[in-house]
Amino acid sequence: MSMTIIEKILARGSGLEQVEAGDVVVCDVDMTVLIDLQFATMWAEPTRIADPERLAVVMDHAVPAPSVQDADGGVRARAFVRRFGIERFFDVGRHGICHQVVAENGLARPGEILTCTDSHTCAAGAYNTAARGLGPVEVYSIMCTGKTWFQVAPTIRYDLAGTKPEVVSGKDIFLHMAGTYGDATNHNIEFGGAGLASVPMNDRRTIATQGAEVSADFTTFPADELCLSFLKDHTGDRLEPVEADADAIYAARREIELSALEPWVARPGSVAENALPVSQVERRKVDQCFIGSCANGQLEDLRIAAAVLRGRRVAPGVRLIVTPASQAVYADAVRAGYVGALADAGAIVTNSTCGACFGYHMGLLGAGEVCITASTRNFKGRMGSPDAEIYMASPFTVAASAVAGEIVDPRELVA
Amino acid sequence: MTIELLEGSAWVFGDSIDTDNMYPGFAMKLSMEEAAKHVFYDLRPGWSEAVQPGDIVVAGRNFGIGSSRPVAQLFKQLGVVALVAEEFNSLFFRNSINFGLPAVTIPGVTATVGDGDRVRLDVSAASIERVADAQTLEGVKLPDFVLDIVGQGGLMAKLAGDGYLPAGVAGTPSRGGS
Repeated sequence: MSMTIIEKILARGSGLEQVEAGDVVVCDVDMTVLIDLQFATMWAEPTRIADPERLAVVMDHAVPAPSVQDADGGVRARAFVRRFGIERFFDVGRHGICHQVVAENGLARPGEILTCTDSHTCAAGAYNTAARGLGPVEVYSIMCTGKTWFQVAPTIRYDLAGTKPEVVSGKDIFLHMAGTYGDATNHNIEFGGAGLASVPMNDRRTIATQGAEVSADFTTFPADELCLSFLKDHTGDRLEPVEADADAIYAARREIELSALEPWVARPGSVAENALPVSQVERRKVDQCFIGSCANGQLEDLRIAAAVLRGRRVAPGVRLIVTPASQAVYADAVRAGYVGALADAGAIVTNSTCGACFGYHMGLLGAGEVCITASTRNFKGRMGSPDAEIYMASPFTVAASAVAGEIVDPRELVA
Repeated sequence: MTIELLEGSAWVFGDSIDTDNMYPGFAMKLSMEEAAKHVFYDLRPGWSEAVQPGDIVVAGRNFGIGSSRPVAQLFKQLGVVALVAEEFNSLFFRNSINFGLPAVTIPGVTATVGDGDRVRLDVSAASIERVADAQTLEGVKLPDFVLDIVGQGGLMAKLAGDGYLPAGVAGTPSRGGS
């Protein structure tokens, strides 16, 4: 046996002793997630589905419905879950961005395979799950048949060393990776190393989510003590973590010394080979700052934003939009006083949705505007006008920039 | 399954062309017909009016990085018959073949095929020929079961054939995520 984490999970899912890079495998899927957009246009109700116990339906991208088309999608989604008896239905009010809902409800378990339409499904790699987005047709097919196929990609291994400084977040670790090593198209990414113990679960989720931004197939973490402790709080099931073999074969091995990292920023357009330490990035004046999405709408992200904004104000002429990743995060943030602190400082705290992150609703950019975002993507035109510029950074850097009115090193604010 | 030989004009694009450039967020609120008018809206304005049925889109490395939104459907709407790239993002690749749009990986293609060149594409053999001088490049052959999905016109047609859709329903789940 000499397999990476992903190879082991795909071997288990396909009933094979061993798989290796290049193999094509057909796997049973443990959990599949349908999202609201799938129901919004041309939804065809299936005659039968594989297993309602292995299906979840999450309303997330366009809630509450910003258009009649999306509202009609909701009608179809509700009819579908009633007809097929889908218990894991996260309708508006108990909703959230699907990858957050997956995490909160223990839908992603170690050693299992989780699929969803959405490209950021790789987020659940934080929980030692083989998770990835497969698009609307493949997910529809999995809903019907319970199975899918994968071509096993070679794996790049990142060994984390040292201890993560408090001012450095998962976002910074990821931007350092993307800026330094570029994309990982048709490769998996696996993490390990003693430094992992200093990277909390929310940061791992940010990193795993953003695997899609370097075009990786799967991004996975081992189930160490931190991970198992998180999972025990969110799922009562028996857990079967999967570790990489010591002699697993990797396409590349890279080490990151966490203690040497500082906050990083991606410049507009992409993250791969386009990110720099904040100290080397131009101090652009910003019009909009955004903290949200499956990558950075977690409770800890809101805590950081509130800590920066408490007793300060969003700079004149700047909009700070904060979107919790789920209704549960929203409620927790209200109870913890984060929402009040943000609102008092002049930030807008929205309902949980994918909204501004994909330029669909609630906070688009106009021509000529500059945005710094702690979300998933900084593609040209991603959040509105193609003539807007989108920088990407951690919630800490984004919140500090909202106060300063320009892109700043957040450590200046603390000092 | 053998897929018929395709011949058309090539439109050549660069590396890391992302999904939002082909299917921008605002277009997700539009009908397929309307959304298709915005493919490459910023990168190459007016392209959707210039592209002709039978044309082939050629791109560089990491083609289709980004979201699960089904760009393939828009290409099909415009009459594009195949995608060829030095390298595909795997989600974009999956979406393309599942919508019945061949996606063939042919390293070196952007160095050989120029914008506007007539090309012949043999999807089954994964080879492309520049018609003007018969220069041919070989790429990575698709597994038989993938050719089978493409040959049937996509995965929904296969599911319909297997009885998962009510008789007469040609509906396709069309919209991906963010």
